[in-house]
Amino acid sequence: MEHIRTTKVEQVKLLDRFSTSNKSLTGTLYLTATHLLFIDAHQKETWILHHHIASVEKLALTTSGCPLVIQCKNFRTVHFIVPRERDCHDIYNSLLQLSKQAKYEDLYAFSYNPKQNDAERLQGWELIDLAEEYQRMGVPNSNWQLSDANRDYKICETYPRELYVPRIASKPIIVGSSKFRSKGRFPVLSYYHQSKEAAICRCSQPLSGFSARCLEDEHLLQAISKANPANRYMYVMDTRPRLNAMANRAAGKGYENEDNYSNIRFQFVGIENIHVMRSSLQKLLEVNGTKGLSVNDFYSGLESSGWLRHIKAVMDAAIFLAKAIAAESASVLVHCSDGWDRTSQVCSLGSLLLDPYYRTIRGFMVLIEKDWISFGHKFSERCGHLDGDPKEVSPVFTQFLECVWHLTEQFPQAFEFNEAFLLQIHEHIHSCQFGNFIGNCQKEREELKLKEKTYSLWPFLLDDQKKYLNPLYGSQSQKSAVLEPNTVSFNFKFWRNMFHQFDRTLHPRQSVFNIIMNMNEQNKQLETDIKDLESQIKQRKNKQTDGILSKELLNSVRPESPALKATLSLKEQTLLPVNDVLRTIEGSSPADNRYSEYADEFSKAEPAVVSLEYGVARMTC
Amino acid sequence: MVLCTLARRFVGPLGTIIIKCKDFRIIQLDIPGMEECLNIASSIEALSTLDSITLMYPFFYRPMFEVVEDGWHSFLPEQEFELYSSAISEWRLSYVNQEFAVCPSYPPAVTVPKAIDDDALRKVAAFRHGGRFPVLSYYHKKNGMVIMRSGQPLTGTNGRRCKEDEKLINATLRAGKRGYIIDTRPLNVAQQARAKGGGFEQEAHYPQWRRIHKSIERYHILQESLIKLVESCNDQTQNMDRWLSKLEASNWLTHIKEILTTACLAAQCLDREGASILIHGTEGTDSTLQVTSLAQIILEPRSRTIRGFEALIEREWLQAGHPFQQRCAQSAYCNSKQKWESPVFLLFLDCVWQILRQFPCSFEFNENFLIMLFEHAYASQFGTFLGNNESERCKLKLQQKTMSLWSWVNRPSELSKLTNPLFEANNLVIWPSVAPQSLQLWEGIFLRWNRSSKYLDEAYEEMVNIIEYNKQLQAKVNLLRRQLAELETEDGVQESP
Repeated sequence: MEHIRTTKVEQVKLLDRFSTSNKSLTGTLYLTATHLLFIDAHQKETWILHHHIASVEKLALTTSGCPLVIQCKNFRTVHFIVPRERDCHDIYNSLLQLSKQAKYEDLYAFSYNPKQNDAERLQGWELIDLAEEYQRMGVPNSNWQLSDANRDYKICETYPRELYVPRIASKPIIVGSSKFRSKGRFPVLSYYHQSKEAAICRCSQPLSGFSARCLEDEHLLQAISKANPANRYMYVMDTRPRLNAMANRAAGKGYENEDNYSNIRFQFVGIENIHVMRSSLQKLLEVNGTKGLSVNDFYSGLESSGWLRHIKAVMDAAIFLAKAIAAESASVLVHCSDGWDRTSQVCSLGSLLLDPYYRTIRGFMVLIEKDWISFGHKFSERCGHLDGDPKEVSPVFTQFLECVWHLTEQFPQAFEFNEAFLLQIHEHIHSCQFGNFIGNCQKEREELKLKEKTYSLWPFLLDDQKKYLNPLYGSQSQKSAVLEPNTVSFNFKFWRNMFHQFDRTLHPRQSVFNIIMNMNEQNKQLETDIKDLESQIKQRKNKQTDGILSKELLNSVRPESPALKATLSLKEQTLLPVNDVLRTIEGSSPADNRYSEYADEFSKAEPAVVSLEYGVARMTC
Repeated sequence: MVLCTLARRFVGPLGTIIIKCKDFRIIQLDIPGMEECLNIASSIEALSTLDSITLMYPFFYRPMFEVVEDGWHSFLPEQEFELYSSAISEWRLSYVNQEFAVCPSYPPAVTVPKAIDDDALRKVAAFRHGGRFPVLSYYHKKNGMVIMRSGQPLTGTNGRRCKEDEKLINATLRAGKRGYIIDTRPLNVAQQARAKGGGFEQEAHYPQWRRIHKSIERYHILQESLIKLVESCNDQTQNMDRWLSKLEASNWLTHIKEILTTACLAAQCLDREGASILIHGTEGTDSTLQVTSLAQIILEPRSRTIRGFEALIEREWLQAGHPFQQRCAQSAYCNSKQKWESPVFLLFLDCVWQILRQFPCSFEFNENFLIMLFEHAYASQFGTFLGNNESERCKLKLQQKTMSLWSWVNRPSELSKLTNPLFEANNLVIWPSVAPQSLQLWEGIFLRWNRSSKYLDEAYEEMVNIIEYNKQLQAKVNLLRRQLAELETEDGVQESP
């Protein structure tokens, strides 16, 4: 708490991000150990978790005060005006300290206490069991087995302890191969397709340089293709652009030479690296954060950011992978450089296309646990949990979520979960409120004793399952099929509900999705009501024939079901069921509409031009 | 009529005809035999380029359905005026244009200020482009403010004035009230118009009024925009950068934003500022109508119902003299030199769709209704959209010789497909967001033939099922509850003696 000098500032103004007439709310700003809290005159609360803060900026002093701009990792941007520069400076300094922790132990998860006992906490951590998941896929079996080679993280520190490999791959082969792969990340099983007997395997790039070979590695790849009786060749997908892979050869790394490996088909798929992705997102945010943005600037910005191009590249790679397995029954080995960013994207998305289980709420959690958490996607570095190298930060996981969102748009009935689920997960990879995403690999997480000291996110999401259910889920044709998305460019759209989730003026004022979701809930209630009423009627009829009357029964049928009373209020629900008031999307009401602000603008003298931007009109004299 | 362009190609004995339709669909016919192919192609071409309107399909179409209500009489100006009459003491219905002599593009009956007599109207007509003197477009019941529309004033370079025009416009304002004249052209364009005899109102001569210039594009600029957009939507192979840059270069969404913004501004003047407005561009038959009709969608709950929207199309587009025949002669596949083709009406429908997306429960109709209107405006078996104005329609005797689109649409079996299952009357003004992030490409129109909508259609059906099921369940609960109550009273009767 030594970082907090000022805990409360009054008369702070919160500016509307897109308003051109500087519309603002006045309220009080509180600084706590974990959150920044703003309460406006209407008692509306805006909570900002310190860990969500990506940047704090103090702008030049103005006549009304000192502006403080906070950008968050969940794409919230707030613009405060603090009346006194001193207060602003204090808050600025505190936030700088609080948003960038030096040690894991200072993260929120280590102090977060949802009032559960140790047994409940442990139960929460055991909710997702990967051994169970491999069993579900059908391994171990006659071709695949659990290897104990990495039981003590001796071969690869960034892999989990339990790894599945071809049965015919002996330990010396594994050890040999691991020495020939970046960071020791040798080829292991990621997903096994039971009916096709084909596998998705993953690894890092080989240390081939210009000519180096490794017999054990070649053996291991051969073992993988032999483990698939359905097809004798296998694909090796290098998810990098060809140029990047070639450049890596100069550093003694590189890619597989088709001549040295029997029966492999080698393929580049061209997904850019973390640095390109980071600056792409940065550009995108610059564009969509502009006040008074024109349509042309928006689209040219969207284009030059390259963001949708990258999303399409990831999606295309996953489709290639899924096709190889579904159409050719061929196994596929996926790698990039280290095999924890692009490889995770492609393996997980490919599995999601192939296996409907991953499109359920629980299945999606399993998928994230398996391909992202356990295989060592460096969440803490990519999300910048600690004060570290900014060049390690990259929106790799966000891109994965966006690809899934695009799939939900094309296949509205194929997913058990809805958009709010994806947004909530995105919220928590940065929040550090739960232990799941803290650390960069399993070994590190064990050392941090996360299972003893923090809580798992998944049971909390499952408890709230109702909020995350897709009411349209369940059409047989989409539910069980292998998804074959169309990746023609026009199918990729800007994800407004992600990048503008806190800018409610930009969203539809009525959400069809919420209405249907509530109606679905209500239908369930009505069904039970009908059963109830029918049995009461039956009972009463029986009693009438018996000539017996019970007074208690008379009383018991009087209360009306609450379900019917709720019908009328259906349409004023929130788009995203989170505890955050600012995300609420309301129906159009006179008290809360886009035009409330320019009444006084009109009375100001003689207008020459009226411009209307962002649903906000402004007179320029 | 549906045809936009036709191309022939021969590979050996196999002939191919490629038909590009006005609704953006492209059909390829492979026909064995060169001669047959040529014959078919020339027949199609001849039939799609008829010289006379009276040879068009609506004059030969015989309906296979029973006409319940004759659509030609569904929306008479007198009936529309009746709707307001209780609230209007300052307005009257004038038949000065009975013979279409005062203004060829106006209907016989128009609503004008009570204080202005027909002689004055004739003088005003001479001062306005195409004789389009200011008439009432919309009356805002909440505060009595109005939207009027007209053609540009013919001030010319020497600043001509017209006393009657000034009197008419000022007569619409109550004492102490202000009004806004929204000119849909940018100031420099309006200034240039003076050289051709047109112009704009000098504020000095209309002291209670303030002029605001907006810039809504017109004519071939819109047509080119549509051509570019459709071309880009049809290209399945282009990469992301090319798609986004072509989408941007088409400027289609920029036009949407500009039109919506102007309509919001007009609605805002009325509802928020309590000011009346007069809207015009040059002729007052294109961008003017986009703005007046969209402002009503925003302000008036009735215009968001099926009936009300049809009345709006009838009043603000057909009667108001939007030249459908000229504007919709060709669509996206024909780069003709004639400059009067322009997707003005399609842009209006697109804007309505944008608002519908933002307020999905506030409209009685669904997207299919808008798509249906688009199709019929460009090619139809019904006479509704034939001709450029009422005068032409009268001469063609459309009422006697053709069927009205509304006769067909307003039958329950047709309406059920066009009704929005989520509709719940919303009496509020609905303010759309016009931010680029909030505007979207209308996939139902532009990507309709380029991708399968199977999964989306299935999802829509599922949604309708859930809503239907909900209604059934509620009805059943109510029924059971009544039964139970009856049993209770029976019991009570048995018990009491």
